[in-house]
Amino acid sequence: MTQIDPTTMWTVIIGLAIGSFALRFVFIGFVGDRPMPPWLLRHLRYTAVAILPALIAPLVVWPSATEGQPDAARMAAAAVTLSVGVFTKNVLAAIFSGAATLYGLLYLLA
Amino acid sequence: MADATSKSYFWKGFRDGTPFIFVAIPFGTLFGVFATEAGLGIVQVVAFSATVFAGAAQFTALQLLQENAPTAIVLASALAVNLRVAMYSASLTPFLGAAPMWQRACAAYLTVDQSYACSIVQFEKEPKMTVPQRMAYFIGSVTPITPCWILATYLGAVLGTRIPESWALDFALPITFLAMLGPMMRTLPHVIAALVALVVSLLAVSVPFNLGLLIAGTAGMIAGAQAEVILVRRKAHA
Repeated sequence: MTQIDPTTMWTVIIGLAIGSFALRFVFIGFVGDRPMPPWLLRHLRYTAVAILPALIAPLVVWPSATEGQPDAARMAAAAVTLSVGVFTKNVLAAIFSGAATLYGLLYLLA
Repeated sequence: MADATSKSYFWKGFRDGTPFIFVAIPFGTLFGVFATEAGLGIVQVVAFSATVFAGAAQFTALQLLQENAPTAIVLASALAVNLRVAMYSASLTPFLGAAPMWQRACAAYLTVDQSYACSIVQFEKEPKMTVPQRMAYFIGSVTPITPCWILATYLGAVLGTRIPESWALDFALPITFLAMLGPMMRTLPHVIAALVALVVSLLAVSVPFNLGLLIAGTAGMIAGAQAEVILVRRKAHA
């Protein structure tokens, strides 16, 4: 892991603090009671559900801890986490079963 | 906000929001550990959690910083992850938009998954609530988790450097996000958006400046929105 230099880190923290507040404030603060275009709301609905898999998929397929080599324990843990999450809709249950799979397989395959 | 009914709505919100501390505490601790592993000091970690107050965006920023992505890309990607709070803000506006400006500014800072989820259910269930009652409920719903989130981050930061590499914490982030994804798969367009984003992110992994994330995210959003339009049209014909 490379060390992050403090100037960059503070730039990101302050930038994100201001940016996140702006995102939260933009409608409730500026728009007030005026309606918003449906096409915009329609795209906003799918932001989280699109960005999260796009962030995780490369980390699952090419993990940094194994220098980018696909890893059976991590793939299996990802599959179990996602399946438990989809079927139970319970975030904590999904986290714990995913972690149990990861540790179980890392131990067995070591 | 001081009248008796507003007060009771504050406590109703408080009760409804309390179960979420069981999500905020582990997630906050994890962020503290992850950030400390990445080399952040305790002041940085706590300032990060307290001012940004958005776990998923914070994790995204750290992950990209470790991959040496340019600062502008780090900011753009983390804010893209956080775009959903703009959607929450938009969706709460008809209910809270008439409150005084200083209250709306406070509400903006406190707009997170949990306060939004509690409040929108309550506001739709009781349409006759007054604006001060709604504001009291909203603030109440986020009151239990805010201190827990910041405190848990601090604890994670203190523990962080003592955790050995064999714990495979590199995978804490993927597991947490995958777990959050499950309950979001509410409709077919949500599933389509996620699948398209996943495939594009793997194809675009070699795009420079980590732009692959934004490209894949945008592709997923468009796919989800289009799928919704097609499904609604089909339903209208049936």
